[in-house]
Amino acid sequence: MNYVPVIGLETHVELKTESKMFCSCSANYFGKAPNTHTCPVCLGLPGALPVPNKKAIEWTILLGLALNCTINKESKFDRKNYFYPDLPKGYQISQYDKPIASGGWLNLKSQNSNLKTTEKKIRITRVHLEEDTGKLLHSNKDTLIDFNRSGVPLVEVVTEPDFDNSTDVKRFLEELHTIIRYLDISDADMEKGSMRMEPNISLRKITNDELRITNKNQKLELPNYKVEVKNINSFNFAKKAIDYELKRQAEILDSGKIPVQETRGYNDKKGITYSQRSKEEAHDYRYFPEPDIPPMEFGNEKLEMINDTLPELPAAKVERYIKKFGIKSSDAVIISRDKIISAYFENVLSKIKSDKAGQTVANAMVNKKISTKLSSDEFAKEIEKLSKPKETNMGMLASSIEKAIESNPKVVADYKSGKTNAIMFLVGQVMREMKGQADAQTVRAELEKKLK
Amino acid sequence: MEPYSLSIKKLLEGLKDKLFSQEEVYSSFLQRVNKYNNKLNIFLTVCDEPYKKDKTKSNKVGGIPIGVKDIFVTKGLRTTAGSKVLENYIPEYSATIVERLLESGASVIGKTNLDAWAHGASGENSDFGPTKNPWNTQYVPGGSSSGSAAAVAAQMCPAALATDTGGSIRFPSSFCNIVGIKPTYGRCSRYGVIAMASSLDSPGVMAKTVEDCELVFNLIAGTDEYDGTTVTFEPRPVPRKIRVGIPKEYFSEGINNEVRLQVEEAIRIISSIPNVDVVGEVSLPHTEYAVATYYIIVPSEISSNLARYDGIRYGHDRSFFGDEAKRRIMLGTYALSAGYYDAYYKKAMKVRTLIKQDFEKVFEKVDVLVAPVSPTPPFKLGEKVNDPLAMYMCDVLTGPINLAGIPSLALPAGFTKSGLPVGMQFIGPQMGESILFELGKKYQEVTDWHLKKPMII
Repeated sequence: MNYVPVIGLETHVELKTESKMFCSCSANYFGKAPNTHTCPVCLGLPGALPVPNKKAIEWTILLGLALNCTINKESKFDRKNYFYPDLPKGYQISQYDKPIASGGWLNLKSQNSNLKTTEKKIRITRVHLEEDTGKLLHSNKDTLIDFNRSGVPLVEVVTEPDFDNSTDVKRFLEELHTIIRYLDISDADMEKGSMRMEPNISLRKITNDELRITNKNQKLELPNYKVEVKNINSFNFAKKAIDYELKRQAEILDSGKIPVQETRGYNDKKGITYSQRSKEEAHDYRYFPEPDIPPMEFGNEKLEMINDTLPELPAAKVERYIKKFGIKSSDAVIISRDKIISAYFENVLSKIKSDKAGQTVANAMVNKKISTKLSSDEFAKEIEKLSKPKETNMGMLASSIEKAIESNPKVVADYKSGKTNAIMFLVGQVMREMKGQADAQTVRAELEKKLK
Repeated sequence: MEPYSLSIKKLLEGLKDKLFSQEEVYSSFLQRVNKYNNKLNIFLTVCDEPYKKDKTKSNKVGGIPIGVKDIFVTKGLRTTAGSKVLENYIPEYSATIVERLLESGASVIGKTNLDAWAHGASGENSDFGPTKNPWNTQYVPGGSSSGSAAAVAAQMCPAALATDTGGSIRFPSSFCNIVGIKPTYGRCSRYGVIAMASSLDSPGVMAKTVEDCELVFNLIAGTDEYDGTTVTFEPRPVPRKIRVGIPKEYFSEGINNEVRLQVEEAIRIISSIPNVDVVGEVSLPHTEYAVATYYIIVPSEISSNLARYDGIRYGHDRSFFGDEAKRRIMLGTYALSAGYYDAYYKKAMKVRTLIKQDFEKVFEKVDVLVAPVSPTPPFKLGEKVNDPLAMYMCDVLTGPINLAGIPSLALPAGFTKSGLPVGMQFIGPQMGESILFELGKKYQEVTDWHLKKPMII
């Protein structure tokens, strides 16, 4: 049986605001002693009230804009009610039907096996803001709760089920990660858990008729089940978890059954997913508008102000590098992945007179020929040295050519019988003999003279 | 004259003139508390030493002991919300408005009894036993701020902090012959008030006179950076001529005749006050839907607000919840459930808007509405305790005001033939507290109901 994977993605990103989402506690909790970054608000003590963090709201708008979303001029917070020991109020302040941003997209460029570049549009359903929960620490028979993380601002990015393979998911995550780093709104540090993802995965059977339809995802019905894999904190694990799931689900479908709709975890040591919660135990979150926080309204002026702070995004930068500096797209992607590195790249280029040095600088950086620890001035000087033709010691060259001709009679014979390419081997030999201290063009010319 | 019998205004004068010291004032009230608390069950926690600050920002009410409803958290001082769930809970911070009173020189004399979590109209839902009405101990003092009202009536403190979600300040004020202000929603900070229904909870003040009530109100009102719902717009000025309307739905057939007659008599007196113009009957057509609306929205918010008492913290688990709390948790959970939300919560929110608009329209024509607080005079302990629906109907004249988020001042309007207090309320537009206080002061200049004290005891 043939199947098409149908994959959607939810990604949680902790914002690096100074204070938490609804109180003035420091949000920088990583590595701090348990329960030292807490107050009545983030502990959910009786009587405490949330007051939203303006910066976090602005940053969510910024991310929404970067992901081509519409910013909803009227937005609000809602309560998501459920019980869990790490949730001190018994509800999470989140957003339900009026997220800050919705209806966006992100383009993924991917190369197929023929090295043809294709573009895939991944639709962004919504970008909303909520609070993180505390953390449970299990030790022996005890479970302890650390509320340092409780109330840290958390942005959730939700996509439509537009992915049909795990590689694209990984690429999307890398792109999202780069954008977030560009916006400077989160560490997006996987190790610290400041970026966590939850793919939802299912398989759709395809019939012969459907094979003829080209634009599959948008025209066909979604499968009647969905498996969500929770809390993955690495792009590679996300890819592996998806691949495992696709295989598992295909086997179930092949046997004539339908996979159970459920939430699964991912065990990275074993490389497998495992059942956590089935649909029967699914929560009814009883969402309702958070009465402690007035609804939000964003005026045009405010939105324009935020829009003005939007930096050039990685995709645009890649385009520009290719067009303006004429560098390979793969190098452009690598260099523009990091804001600091791309700034360095442009800095170096600004110090080189030649306007054709783009690819040389890119090569030197990507292949680490020259250390980027140098100042951009020093780096530029190194580049200029590289591109100057080498001075060749003509005396040494003559004896090296002599030696090469003597020790490779067969190659010389080949050359003389018309296999002109054979000369390149001799050039190589001479260059080696000269320990690279020669200009290849000169070597070739001298060789040709000698072999006439 | 014993300090305990004086108003705040008189106490401040006496302190200034050194007729008595702050210590003497405190001990006068404390003796009163110790003498009658066992009989009336008013205070859940009594401060033998004044709970106050050594250094304060001002001395506006220096040395005045205040009773505080046990739903305001007080740092280091047990706070129960009237529930056994929090029987041993010692908060680590104080509510904003408690803090403001302390910073003005006041002290807390104790934490007053209430219906557990402020759920109730009689005080009988307290997990620590009901408070008795000082006017007749066979009767309820009204709830949920039962202890605060009875404490002021029994002269155990000259004023008390309380909260009003559907009538919890005005109802007991009316049953105990005292004055109580339910402010505009957001006028007084909710930070540190254990939440009942967050979109309606209005902290306020109870006192012996309108003048005292206004004095304390002015100390606690105002925006708070810890409460995002506190309002920032300007209070309304008092108009030169106050126009008074009589909302006909508040005098319908369901209202007890003695209550109606007393309030009508009060309106007659009001109409004789200079610069007050009783313009006549007005209508608030959606009033009849208020109780139904209230009992969807309130339990919904309660079901969420009480979720944190899950047994992991605070000492006691959910089995310590009383019947009324459980009833409201279940009602609210049901109303918010998938498939019911639109039919109940969402619809209730729409009706709430209509109720609010009723008031907005009426306040284009008048400045104040005069109405009874309770449809009946005080009832006996046990009379309604097994009939939740009858108890819910106590809110019929007070709940709509909370749904609309507007202020209302309850004040004494007379007595029934059997000597039980009857209260009325002055309802005003948003931020119109000053208008209510002004009319209240004028009314109390020409009447003496508020000077009558219970012969307890």
